[in-house]
Amino acid sequence: MTRYVMVADLNRCVGCQTCTVACKHTNGTPPGVQWRKVIDVEWGEYPDVERLFMPVGCQHCADPPCMHVCPSTATGQREDGIVTIDYDLCIGCSYCVVACPYQARYKVDNPVFAYGDTPMESEAARFDEKRIGVAQKCTFCADRVDAGLAKGLRPGIDPDATPGCVNACIADALSFGDIEDENSNVSELLAENTWFQMHAELGTETGFYYLWDQEPSGDTDDE
Amino acid sequence: MNRFYTVLQTSWDWRAAVNFMFGGTGSALILIIAIASLPGTPALPAGITALVLVGLGLFTVWLEIGRPMRFLHVFFHPQTSWMTREASVALLLFPVTLIGLLYRNPAIVIAAGLLGLVFLYCQARILLASKGIPSWREPAIVALIISTGLVEGSAVFILYLLLSGSSMQTAMLVLLPVLLVIRALSWNSYRQRLIAGQAPQQTLSILRDIHATTLWAGNITPAVLAAIALLIPVAGPPAGAVAALLALFSGWHMKFTIITRASQQQGYSVGKLKRGRPQIKPPVRRKPDRFVF
Repeated sequence: MTRYVMVADLNRCVGCQTCTVACKHTNGTPPGVQWRKVIDVEWGEYPDVERLFMPVGCQHCADPPCMHVCPSTATGQREDGIVTIDYDLCIGCSYCVVACPYQARYKVDNPVFAYGDTPMESEAARFDEKRIGVAQKCTFCADRVDAGLAKGLRPGIDPDATPGCVNACIADALSFGDIEDENSNVSELLAENTWFQMHAELGTETGFYYLWDQEPSGDTDDE
Repeated sequence: MNRFYTVLQTSWDWRAAVNFMFGGTGSALILIIAIASLPGTPALPAGITALVLVGLGLFTVWLEIGRPMRFLHVFFHPQTSWMTREASVALLLFPVTLIGLLYRNPAIVIAAGLLGLVFLYCQARILLASKGIPSWREPAIVALIISTGLVEGSAVFILYLLLSGSSMQTAMLVLLPVLLVIRALSWNSYRQRLIAGQAPQQTLSILRDIHATTLWAGNITPAVLAAIALLIPVAGPPAGAVAALLALFSGWHMKFTIITRASQQQGYSVGKLKRGRPQIKPPVRRKPDRFVF
């Protein structure tokens, strides 16, 4: 079997947000919606301060709370672990938004464009009415993965079968691949490095791993 | 605490809060009047009041959904979704209550009361399943939501008895303080467990701000007033009315606060480091969907 996961190397990430932009370009998300983004975290007190950049988004959990709470079955999960949303089924109740521990979901009730009510040509061309009033989130670029597989390409290796954010990363901090393949790029990265899954205590078994080499600090700023 | 970006959720606003406020009150009211009226059946206006409250709550939450014309899709996932279960119970609650009231059948009214209790339980579980909000996923919220719903239902019934000129029922004046004590204990337990569980500071701060009002004005004072109404018959109606109003509005205020203000998201964090290839849990959907409670 296959389970696609993403690995983010926090030791490499420089917080340039190229992945954020690439995601917006690839998926045509409106202003305010960031299926992929990089948060800038600082903690400690001078002179003992730390800073890291953390790419976040849907963690494609093996046991996703969003899917269990969804009353319409719009949120689903593929055999390969990618968590999906059927825009035609979703009622836009936002239950999945409050159930997601990773702040990965968005709902846009009205069309929003970069410069007021009139969309730019590119926005008009890519506007998808199906996404209005329903939940939306990162898809791991499932359409690219599927199209690449259909051409015999390897997700995570061949760019045309790999999520846009991974392709765009300038620091090679993001990797994508099949964790159930012991010899895959992501399996090797996890075998050779220390890593964590965010909010592992919630039992969601995320499909997003962070490579990092420092134990969590006890004094990280809360808010 | 190793956590950052714990922002307030804004996806569920006053419209969702009203569903928990009115829905909780109305569903508990059905149970209270069903039991209080035994061996007979409740007066029609009391039952209608309960259904109107539940209906208003569901209506306001309908106003919040992004695709309101697809509302029937809410029934698609009873296997695991407490929202589907709440809606399904509501679908039964209305006809069963009306049939019981119109045909004056105590057994059917009791069945309606039990459906009301299940509806209330579904509301509590809806919050419990919201893993992104630490103040909602706290297990103690189940007892808090159920106890406050029962308090509110009792309060509305006392107000109904007073407004309709019916005699105050001694049993209700005994029940209300008992339920208030249970609610106060649930509230304290809820807060303590959130503190122990390291909920976001902003959440704790907001709950701390309403703590004194909730405890004293919302629980202790109405309990004392209900006791006065019980012991001093001449003071009964005014003391009972004030007790009921305090108990009702403090419950609504508490729930409104928990839904709209004390609902900071989980935030992000750095987890405990591990080394080596992880043990892989397969996606749950590889197994057939089954009912999970």
